[in-house]
Amino acid sequence: MQGNALRLADCDRRAVRLGLTRAMTLADARARIPDLVALEAEPQADRAFLDEVAAFCDRFTPLVARDEPHGLTLDVTGCAHLFGGEAGMLDLVRQVMDRSGLSLRAAIAGTPEAARACSRFGPRGIIPPGRDEAVLRLLPVAALEAEPETVIALSRAGLKTLADVAARPSETLSARFGEALAVKLRRILGHEDRRITPLRPPPDCVVERHFPEPFADTASLEAVVVRLIGEAARVLEARGEGGRAFELGFFRSDGTVRRLVIETGRPSRDAKALLRLYRERIETLADPLDPGFGFDAIKLAVPVCEPLNTQQHSLDGRAVEEEAVADLVDRLVTRFGRDRVLRFAAQDTHHPVRAAKALSAAAPMPEAAWPAPEPQEPPARPLQLFEPPQPVEAIAEVPDGPPIRFRWRRLIHDVARAEGPERIAPEWWRDGSDEPMRDYYRVEDAQGRRFWLYRTGFYEAESAPPRWFLHGLFA
Amino acid sequence: MQNAISPALSDLRRSLAEAALRSGPAAAGKVSLGAAEIDAALSGGLERAALHEVYAAGTADLAAATGFALGLALRAAQGEAGDDAARPILWVRQDFVDAETGRLHAPGLNELGLDPGRLLLVRARDALGVLRAGAEGARCPALGAVLIEPWGEPRAFDLTASRRLALAAEDSGVATLLLRVAAAEAPSAARTRWQVVPLASRALEANAPGAPAFALRLLRHRGGVRGDAAEREWRVEWNRDRCAFENRTVFDRSDRLIPRRNDVPPLSRPLVSLSGDGQAAAAGPDSGLRRAG
Repeated sequence: MQGNALRLADCDRRAVRLGLTRAMTLADARARIPDLVALEAEPQADRAFLDEVAAFCDRFTPLVARDEPHGLTLDVTGCAHLFGGEAGMLDLVRQVMDRSGLSLRAAIAGTPEAARACSRFGPRGIIPPGRDEAVLRLLPVAALEAEPETVIALSRAGLKTLADVAARPSETLSARFGEALAVKLRRILGHEDRRITPLRPPPDCVVERHFPEPFADTASLEAVVVRLIGEAARVLEARGEGGRAFELGFFRSDGTVRRLVIETGRPSRDAKALLRLYRERIETLADPLDPGFGFDAIKLAVPVCEPLNTQQHSLDGRAVEEEAVADLVDRLVTRFGRDRVLRFAAQDTHHPVRAAKALSAAAPMPEAAWPAPEPQEPPARPLQLFEPPQPVEAIAEVPDGPPIRFRWRRLIHDVARAEGPERIAPEWWRDGSDEPMRDYYRVEDAQGRRFWLYRTGFYEAESAPPRWFLHGLFA
Repeated sequence: MQNAISPALSDLRRSLAEAALRSGPAAAGKVSLGAAEIDAALSGGLERAALHEVYAAGTADLAAATGFALGLALRAAQGEAGDDAARPILWVRQDFVDAETGRLHAPGLNELGLDPGRLLLVRARDALGVLRAGAEGARCPALGAVLIEPWGEPRAFDLTASRRLALAAEDSGVATLLLRVAAAEAPSAARTRWQVVPLASRALEANAPGAPAFALRLLRHRGGVRGDAAEREWRVEWNRDRCAFENRTVFDRSDRLIPRRNDVPPLSRPLVSLSGDGQAAAAGPDSGLRRAG
């Protein structure tokens, strides 16, 4: 939609042959071709699909970037030999895309811009190294992808190809058409290079296996994973590093990619422990690893590496124990998830609920000491806490006194002992000023059960009547 | 011939002597409770490398049972060299327990003597998860104790599961405590089985509730107990400062529950004044004891 008219966002090959062009109004197009099939443009879905293709292309190189609006740029520096050279790689990409029903325009050149210009405006395929400039100079000025006015201005000046433009002094060019055009020209001609920004940050360490024939049976799958993990461990050891996360990418022959992440609490390169975590991870998958028609590549990436020196075991065995506990945490986190394996951190507040923060045991623990309990005193805080507090019906003998009887979960408790109130004011800087004051009582009933009750509001106040809540249970 | 045997024999003798040297209660793999009577009845205490069950008598007694189990875990995790050598404790809890009896409250754990920094808590969705995490913990010798807390009588916690836990505990030497609530007694491989009911605490000044107290019953003990059935019931109190249970022998049922009326003046008398009745506020000499306000 543009200027209240429906316009064509894009046309396929046949439509172009019939004379339709981008940005033509739909009414015009329909007038020319009555049985035109028009679908609403879905840029979001297009992007999502492109991302999927990008994930698939991850098998060729870890550096895949989106080339707006419809393309992908792959940095294949040093990767092509794995696929039988650049020609073999290009063939493979073409085959795979064909199989998925995608048409492909691809070029391999010295810079991202040169490759883009070639694939869109010039000779596709491989531009031999060193011949970039010679080939690219022949491209039309449209390859600069400048504003239409600029292109018209250039052609009016008699500049038809990039060679013509490049023959002009660069200063006049930037003075007339802006610096961006001059930069673009330099980049296309390979005078200047640029790094692409990959969609996924390149991992510190990658090991992978490609298979000529896809396979699907789990036994050989695990054998491959074992070998990859061992290989990664050796690479990391040689570097004196350990990984905090390990990402296994399973590339299916039909193009889908499944990724599994194993995380460890500390840097690790212990192949045996990693393999155990991997098995744990596989076992807990909600939807199991579906090989489909088989995997044709498996890749183990270590996104984050940290220095890890070989440890000398101390004699007291303390370090060994700590390590064993850390391993246990890793296994539990892998099986139950980060948010289910917890440690408590002390918080400096009087608010009963916020006094402790449950943090994932996989995350580093902030050093905060817990206050030492008052010697000789009974516990002042309950062992278990209800959140939210449970409303109870309570009767107090005197307005500001402890309850003498209360009903909780349909049971009546007669209070035998009580202590309080301990008044805890709300944290107005967090809760707002509406939160009422709480008067807490430690209470023991006739059966010896110990409760933590509180009252909000006051009996004499004219506003809301006081309400009682049960907030916790003491041992 | 004689000469060939003797070195082996002397080796054996030496290792026996060493074993005898280490046969104090701690080294023999026993966790004493601290309360002399119970320790005597159990000839030294609970076996460390074993599975023990703690049953809450009813749902409402779970907090007490939890407190008792935590006490046992703390005793078991206590290093021989003192408190700084104390090992971490793994606590596996089913989500449903949280919903039913409240979440574990770290300051409350701290008040009972467990530094929350030493606690590793796993929240499992279902009984199977509880069992898995518990077994994983029971196999890790670096832990001081494992507390496993499922809800009800899940099918996963059958005899086989308890045998597996017991074996894991024997291998690793980690005290494994199974806390059962809303469950009837079932055959298991546990070394001991306890039933816990809360007990009225010894009142402090102004009738305030005192230290946590429990009435224990030893339902089962593999290898038998000294004394008859009546002697398998104890009343104990948890002393956090000593990290030990203490016997509550000096205890008279009549003096605990129903406070005599004149025992509890500090709360009632002065507070009447708040009603606005100036006459009643002219209280007795002990109105200085007023605590509320």
